[in-house]
Amino acid sequence: MTAPTDFTIAEARAALAAKRISAKELTAAHLAAIERLKDLNAFITVTPERALADAAAADARIARGEARPLDGIPLAVKDLFCTSGIRTTAASRILGTFIPPYESTVSAKLWAAGAVCLGKTNLDEFAMGSSNTTSAFGNVVNPWRRRGDNRDLVPGGSSGGSAAAVAARLCLGATATDTGGSIRQPAAFTGTVGIKPTYGRCSRWGIVAFASSLDQAGPIARTVRDAAILLREMSGHDPKDSTSADAPVPDFEAAVGRGVAGLRIGVPREYRLDGMAPEIEALWQQGIAWLQEAGATIHDISLPHTRYALPTYYIVAPAEASSNLARYDGVRYGLRVEEGGDLDAMYEATRGAGFGAEVRRRILIGTYVLSAGYYDAYYLKAQKVRALIQRDFDEAYRSVDAILTPATPSSAFAIGEKQDDPVTMYLNDVFTVPANLAGLPGISVPAGLDASGLPLGLQVLGRAFDEETVFRVAAAIEAAAGFDALPQLRAA
Amino acid sequence: MSLDAETVRRIAALARIRVREEEVARLQGELNHILAWIEQLSEVRTEGVEPLPGAMRMTLTMREDVVSDGDLHDAILANAPDRADNAMGSFFAVPKVVE
Repeated sequence: MTAPTDFTIAEARAALAAKRISAKELTAAHLAAIERLKDLNAFITVTPERALADAAAADARIARGEARPLDGIPLAVKDLFCTSGIRTTAASRILGTFIPPYESTVSAKLWAAGAVCLGKTNLDEFAMGSSNTTSAFGNVVNPWRRRGDNRDLVPGGSSGGSAAAVAARLCLGATATDTGGSIRQPAAFTGTVGIKPTYGRCSRWGIVAFASSLDQAGPIARTVRDAAILLREMSGHDPKDSTSADAPVPDFEAAVGRGVAGLRIGVPREYRLDGMAPEIEALWQQGIAWLQEAGATIHDISLPHTRYALPTYYIVAPAEASSNLARYDGVRYGLRVEEGGDLDAMYEATRGAGFGAEVRRRILIGTYVLSAGYYDAYYLKAQKVRALIQRDFDEAYRSVDAILTPATPSSAFAIGEKQDDPVTMYLNDVFTVPANLAGLPGISVPAGLDASGLPLGLQVLGRAFDEETVFRVAAAIEAAAGFDALPQLRAA
Repeated sequence: MSLDAETVRRIAALARIRVREEEVARLQGELNHILAWIEQLSEVRTEGVEPLPGAMRMTLTMREDVVSDGDLHDAILANAPDRADNAMGSFFAVPKVVE
């Protein structure tokens, strides 16, 4: 019999409905796994009592024949989503003791759908990072290791705790957020599936803001179907977020089995980087071949401004962050440091002590590019290039239905590698950032292993509000890849 | 464009982040490295391009302008690092601003 922690969400849903397992048993198995693998540091806060209470309520509804779509499914929540009565830190010292009096819309929807709350997962501080090494609560360890090498690897970031927890089977799925790749890059590094939906698909209300024009919530799960199941419950219009789209939420799960016959898949030539690892290129070609065999047609396309996406992002995102993070002033919540002096001295001492090095760097960059005399040269220029990047996609989508690219330029790296300077770390997001700038949906799906035995992902991008096509293509890749490798560190 | 040490101190003050004097040189190096890399945007021709402020050219929806909740003093003050309670009510407390 399958161990409860090895279930997919679809399998757990069937087992719960058939009463082959109870929500309580399923939840207890995951809580035990979290405890056993706590050295992964995937969670900042575990909520066992809440989880068991949620499970009991789910079991009662199932017994009454009133099961909800996610009843009894144990999930983890990135510690960037405010959870009422449960500490929410954004992995920052400045929010280290913050207990929100309200619930984010996305997490509220999951609980209303019957999901079980296991706890809050670790992340890069304020979601700024690609390795989960900027957390004030310590690094997250990737459950995968290189063959014959015992060094700890990073799980990617910023949703590193969510990705590691899903990969190590500490939860059946997790919420995450993606501002420049923070769902898709950690999914690729951990052999999991992560989708960033269209900007506006999920409400941002109650999610600690990083860069408001780029931030989107999405799920990380172990299969494309599971990601589709979760995204449907997370999506929908919310009057509390003025950028939330008033668009119908399709049954994403129904799209998963629909196949790709007749779909036109674009392959952007600008994503073929100088010096790209041969393994990444080979995986990409393999993905192209799989989709062709499944009945799709392949088209060479051009996205001419691709190489400018990262520098554009590193103006727009820090600018928005410097504004969003102005709220951490030691007055209304969070850390306060007083060393005598006036109100300004209190602000400076609080923020100097409360923010880590990467967050501080980005606030300073953002403050600079928005400051008098530099606004036009940096911020306005970046907004214009952003328009060109979006135009590139608009042009491409006249002749193709979806776009296939690698998800990341490499597999997971060791803690400490690629940290010589900030820009080297930023290059991790070279394939993922354009979709954030253009607001488009993108998924990372595990497609193979590199020579050292680490997972690699392919990315599928779609048109705005066409996650269904993204799921169709991702499911075809998943079926062809038959990815069944397991991480060395995992439950059961 | 390259930042000098004085500009680093000025933007840190604008951002209300205390930077110790011994950190200024390292920060200056890091910020200049990032800005030099960003500089490549200057080669993109953007004459006549309408800036894109958000991910979509979306029309922001308006909600009804009504009071939808209230009486949340305790919830709002629950995380306050310091508060003052007196006959006039409950308040966030800060270091003295006016002498």
